[in-house]
Amino acid sequence: MMWIKIKRVIRSGFYSFWRNGFVSLSSILVMVVTLFVIGSTIFSGVILDSTLQQIREKVDINVYFVTSTPETDILDMKKSLEQLPEVQLPVVYVSREQALIDFRKRHENDQFTLQALDELGENPLGATLNIKAKDPAQYEGIAKFLDNKGSLSAGGNSIIDKVNYYQNKDAIDRLTKIINSANRLGFIMTIFLIIISILITFNTLRLVIYMSRDEISVMRLVGASTNYIRGPFFVAGAIYGFTSAIATLIIFYPITLWLGSTTEDFFVGLNIFQYYASHFGEIFLIIVGSGVAIGSISSFLAVRKYLKV
Amino acid sequence: MIHFDKVSKVYTDNCAALEEVSFSIEPKEFVSIVGHSGAGKTTLLKMLLAEEKPTKGKIFYESTDIHTLKKGEINNFRRKIGVVFQDFRLLPNKNVYENIAFAMEAAGRTDEEIEVDVPYVLDLVDLSKKIWNFPHELSGGEKQRVSIARAIVNQPDVIIADEPTGNLDPLNTYDIVQILKKINDLGTIVILTTHNKGVIDSLKKRVITMENGRIIRDDKEGKYVI
Repeated sequence: MMWIKIKRVIRSGFYSFWRNGFVSLSSILVMVVTLFVIGSTIFSGVILDSTLQQIREKVDINVYFVTSTPETDILDMKKSLEQLPEVQLPVVYVSREQALIDFRKRHENDQFTLQALDELGENPLGATLNIKAKDPAQYEGIAKFLDNKGSLSAGGNSIIDKVNYYQNKDAIDRLTKIINSANRLGFIMTIFLIIISILITFNTLRLVIYMSRDEISVMRLVGASTNYIRGPFFVAGAIYGFTSAIATLIIFYPITLWLGSTTEDFFVGLNIFQYYASHFGEIFLIIVGSGVAIGSISSFLAVRKYLKV
Repeated sequence: MIHFDKVSKVYTDNCAALEEVSFSIEPKEFVSIVGHSGAGKTTLLKMLLAEEKPTKGKIFYESTDIHTLKKGEINNFRRKIGVVFQDFRLLPNKNVYENIAFAMEAAGRTDEEIEVDVPYVLDLVDLSKKIWNFPHELSGGEKQRVSIARAIVNQPDVIIADEPTGNLDPLNTYDIVQILKKINDLGTIVILTTHNKGVIDSLKKRVITMENGRIIRDDKEGKYVI
């Protein structure tokens, strides 16, 4: 009997979806807008994340060692830096020789500089360590660690010539703040937009069910149980959600295709279309899941009001 | 079988729709309830269907006080009563067959029973040819016949017909009353409310007359006297 009831409820839900063509169409259009907002939120989140990641990767600090520092001391320091939890591996070591080669290469068209270098007779460049933190907020801690480490090494004489963190400090601090507020603002906007669009969908489905209120009371009076009345509305809501989700996914195809190359140029390397194609499975699940959940739950709640007879 | 015991209904604005109404209906009876608009006829029927609760008094169906029933029990109780409304109240998105089948599905009947019984009751109300039509494709009289078919398909003990002829022309009115009489002859209690003097006078059955929420007459073979 249970199976027969489920079969009847599903069939009735399909019929009501199909026979209320215009109402179904308008509900689907409203739900497409909602799901589009949710989808766009996913894409803008990805763009924001990728941009912030790009910026983060551009931030680093360099430790310049005095020229007389033995390589073993520098490698020791590299090892101890790599053990810090906030440091992103690897810490790149550039030896004095490599620094000289790099310098020459950089100035290969600048004969005066190269001549001046030759006249010095010895390599004036110190070795460097290039450090990246996992989070920009952690650079200060790393710089402090280096301060302590530097003053304790080589018999009381600091082996560190300079750490460029202090020159970049302002920029790094500001960037950290921007990243944090962008994340927070993005999150608040996302929640806000999603809540608004869910409310709009809920209200639309409420209106649809309001039109069926007499029908619900008749069902009640012929002795139909609560779930038997609710079931078809629930199924129709789920169908609205599913159809809207498929429509939204189709709409995203040309839009991301069109925006793909633009985002690649603008957001350095992130092609939104490629992202859509490579993450289609997850996006499909999120959009279809949200559509079906919003549609069915809204209908389920909206019918409740008219079931009191 | 049905007994109203000093039933009163007072709405929130202190307007009494029913005052100490008591009467009984025996099995196989055909009872007409008449009265001006606002006399309390519809309130009476709503209470019998457990749509509204009385402020005072009790309503018994057999030995059960229907307002002590739980929600699930109310659904079962309602399946013993068929209702015919003045405005038909058919489900607009279902065709004639589905409208009647819905009442059977709600009562938990099998697909096989539905396939046999729906054409049978449509034949009883002479509407077999319109089985696949939707309500908007039917005339008023036809809609009311579908509504009656829906009301009788579960073989209820009682049929409540709330002004079933209010929207119909004399010819259709006559047809509907004949169908109700036939249902009553087969042993079902029929409770009819109407403003139609001709219908009441031709029936020669019990008439309860109401005014301002009270019963002012209850005649065995009554006439329309207001």
